[in-house]
Amino acid sequence: MEGMIHSIETFGTVDGPGVRYVVFVKGCPMRCKYCHNPDTWEMAGGTKMSTDEILEDYEKYKPFLKGGGLTVTGGEPLVQIDFLTELFEKAKEKGIHTCLDTSGIMFRRNVPEIYEKYVRLMKSTDLIMLDIKHIDPEEHIKLTSQPSENIFDFLKFLDEQEKEIWIRHVLVPEITLVPEYLERLGRFIAQFKHIKALDVLPYHDMGKEKYEKLGMDYVLKDVLPVEKEQAIEARNVILAAMKEERQRLENA
Amino acid sequence: MLLKFDALEAEGWNGFVPGKWQKEVEVRDFIQKNYTPYEGDDTFLAEPTQNTKDLWQMVLDLSKKEREAGGVLDMDTKVVSTLTSHGAGYLDKSKETIVGFQTDAPFKRGMNVYGGIRMAMKACEDNGYKVDPEVVEFFTTHRKTHNAGVFDVYDDEIRRCRSNHIITGLPDAYGRGRIIGDYRRVALYGIDFLIEDKKIQKESFGNVYTDDVIRGKEEISEQIRALGELKKMAAAYGIDISKPAKNVQEAIQAVYFGYLGAVKEQNGAAMSLGRTATFLDIYAERDIKNGTFTESQIQEFVDHFVMKLRCVKFARTPEYNSIFAGDPVWVTESLGGMGVDGRPLVTKMSFRYLHTLDNLGTSPEPNLTVLWSTKLPVNWKQYCAKMSIKSSSIQYENDDLMRPLHGDDYGIACCVSSMVIGKEMQFFGARANLAKCLLYSINGGVDECTGVQVGPKYRPITSEYLDYDEVMEKFDDMMEWLAKVYVSALNIIHYMHDKYAYERIQMALHDRDVKRYFATGLAGLSVVADSLSAIKYAKVKAVRNEQGIVVSYETEGDFPKYGNNDDRVDKIAASLVSTFMHKLRKHHVYRNGFPTMSILTITSNVTYGKNTGDTPCGRKHGQPFAPGANPMHQRDTHGALASLSSVAKLPFMDSQDGISNTFSIIPGALGKEDQMFAGDLNVDLKLD
Repeated sequence: MEGMIHSIETFGTVDGPGVRYVVFVKGCPMRCKYCHNPDTWEMAGGTKMSTDEILEDYEKYKPFLKGGGLTVTGGEPLVQIDFLTELFEKAKEKGIHTCLDTSGIMFRRNVPEIYEKYVRLMKSTDLIMLDIKHIDPEEHIKLTSQPSENIFDFLKFLDEQEKEIWIRHVLVPEITLVPEYLERLGRFIAQFKHIKALDVLPYHDMGKEKYEKLGMDYVLKDVLPVEKEQAIEARNVILAAMKEERQRLENA
Repeated sequence: MLLKFDALEAEGWNGFVPGKWQKEVEVRDFIQKNYTPYEGDDTFLAEPTQNTKDLWQMVLDLSKKEREAGGVLDMDTKVVSTLTSHGAGYLDKSKETIVGFQTDAPFKRGMNVYGGIRMAMKACEDNGYKVDPEVVEFFTTHRKTHNAGVFDVYDDEIRRCRSNHIITGLPDAYGRGRIIGDYRRVALYGIDFLIEDKKIQKESFGNVYTDDVIRGKEEISEQIRALGELKKMAAAYGIDISKPAKNVQEAIQAVYFGYLGAVKEQNGAAMSLGRTATFLDIYAERDIKNGTFTESQIQEFVDHFVMKLRCVKFARTPEYNSIFAGDPVWVTESLGGMGVDGRPLVTKMSFRYLHTLDNLGTSPEPNLTVLWSTKLPVNWKQYCAKMSIKSSSIQYENDDLMRPLHGDDYGIACCVSSMVIGKEMQFFGARANLAKCLLYSINGGVDECTGVQVGPKYRPITSEYLDYDEVMEKFDDMMEWLAKVYVSALNIIHYMHDKYAYERIQMALHDRDVKRYFATGLAGLSVVADSLSAIKYAKVKAVRNEQGIVVSYETEGDFPKYGNNDDRVDKIAASLVSTFMHKLRKHHVYRNGFPTMSILTITSNVTYGKNTGDTPCGRKHGQPFAPGANPMHQRDTHGALASLSSVAKLPFMDSQDGISNTFSIIPGALGKEDQMFAGDLNVDLKLD
């Protein structure tokens, strides 16, 4: 099966454990204001690659990727779930660690044929990095143009499936970098047992140039990048809330 | 005649494991029998002493003054630099544990004229100084220089190649460098022993006076004279180096004096140090065992030694500095690596050298080069990584690739040239511009920038669109021509350098019979590979000016680009390397040299770009080449591993003098900030 690919990064060090072969796929229904890959939103303009082609290419870098593996990100990988499933299933046959970096937006528990696909995909997925854009439902729509309910339901699904989950969260001044929201996020994720890591990503404006090149308006142009210290502080706020909530849940 | 050892088996060798090294000059044997591999971590390292801090502050102040003065603080314009030309120079005599400057004052640049009087004059004039007229007169009328010798022989064709920049950076007006004296010999044996050894060598030539024997005997006489002068040079500092060093301070000092002699005598394109750390560690271990010195004292000696190496300066012209992007000395010191017996050659001294980047702060000199092997001790690897992240000042070279070729006592000259210390040397030969050669093949030997007929008047390509097979056929012919002119120029250069600017002290610290690498180099590999790929896989239209010279190219369609691990183009790149090397090997080379080639234009890629017209790959006139064997800027779009894999396909045996790849990465792209990323989330534990 062929997928629509944006690009390949052979030396990914920030998208999962170890050194990773990262596939960026095309297509995403979200329109996050801070997205630094707006060139992956549309399906058009990608390169078609088959699952075999990708895995053959992966083989070339195998010695460097031990301790790492294959990550699919995008774009939204779950837009091409059939392709993704075939890729991961073939990868698992070769003993490759698989990691899915997703927003979870495509998940639909109530549509049986979609749900089945997710259950099947989980069998060949070792790690899911779930990007929670915003904890507040209304703010979520404002930030991403999409509602958050299916995303949160996806997280619940992952926990039920007992998959290893890493939570990613981008800190944007005045949008997500707000103590109230950080605390709510911490309390919310506390209930899930399979979250193994929290990755806070300070907002940066390195995507700006891409918007200019694509002739698109960059809404956050006046927002300043987040400093490392602020990010550490924010992470601690989330973790503290998470810990408090867990204790509460245990005592309850 | 035999060496007399009894007298020499003096204090200096007490406590060392005896061996062959005592009967002949054989430093490696001494190291192997006596060194202690260190597999521990960096916790033993000592802080800088107050004296170190004070001295380093003086150096920083002088550096500041030098910058404010426009790049040069002081230059000697009267006294030609030789081993004994200047008296002692100090920063603060009472605080320095390792002494010696090139002239009688720090930051005062010496005058080296044997490479060429015109270059020496220009170096002075460009910096606002003027060489004493008597010196000029002497070296114009009475004593010929290397440069004058070369130009007496150069023919018109070579001159045209030079002035049109198809062969560039030739060491025909300045010192060739890239020779590493085995400075350790000064410490281990002392000068008297080395002179005795050289006398035996001289005699060993016999008395059948062929050209080679005459030259050999004359050179050894020069070497003996230079060794004597080195002793005098040391004596000016009140130090006797006639006998083996007795402790680590004396050993470091003796090694440094050997090196200092070299940089007083030669203003070479690269004046590298060799592989001294593990050798010196043997002395340090003995001193620690005997209670002679503490760790803090030993680190102080190393810090002061490195401080001196950072103060080595030459008189150079702005043009020279633009070729080499700055004013580099290339004081390369090779650290670590594995022994052929499987023991790591990492010692505490290897750590101490890198630790100077903490104690004195970061610096490009000395060029600390880690010989990397997958088998190195893990603590050393971690320390190297840590210091790399901190300082961005460490170079890495593939020991696993070079050890099979050179054994385990080789060092790096300049940035990548490997040679066995004291047993191999190199004739440095700059580079040929292969991208320009490709353009010449399209234009029938006419330079695309100057319009001059530089190469042979082969038939140019006349079609509108370039045909791959036609271009390749013509390119092959043009490379054949270029290889011949290039080797010819180098033969002349090295003949004259030996004759008029012989490296006396450096060669005195070599064996009698050395292997001489005849080094060549090529520039523009990725430009040519991509250009040929464009011609093969896309459509390239030639754009001609009124004279019919192709000055630009219009490329329609996409093509595979070197740097993406794509065999379609990577194979072109690899075959270019082999083809050009093969052509170089066809020619006679001076002094039975062993021809090699490098792809390492780390610093001069900007200059090459300026002097090379538009290329079929889409690069415009003036745009820099990629450094070394790097893919062209932003054309490698599949990440580092794909990019490096393309480079790794280049055949080392056809580019034995080295293949370099300059790799920069922002720290954030090397992994998560551990403070921001809470992995293995055990919330309860993590928070307390």
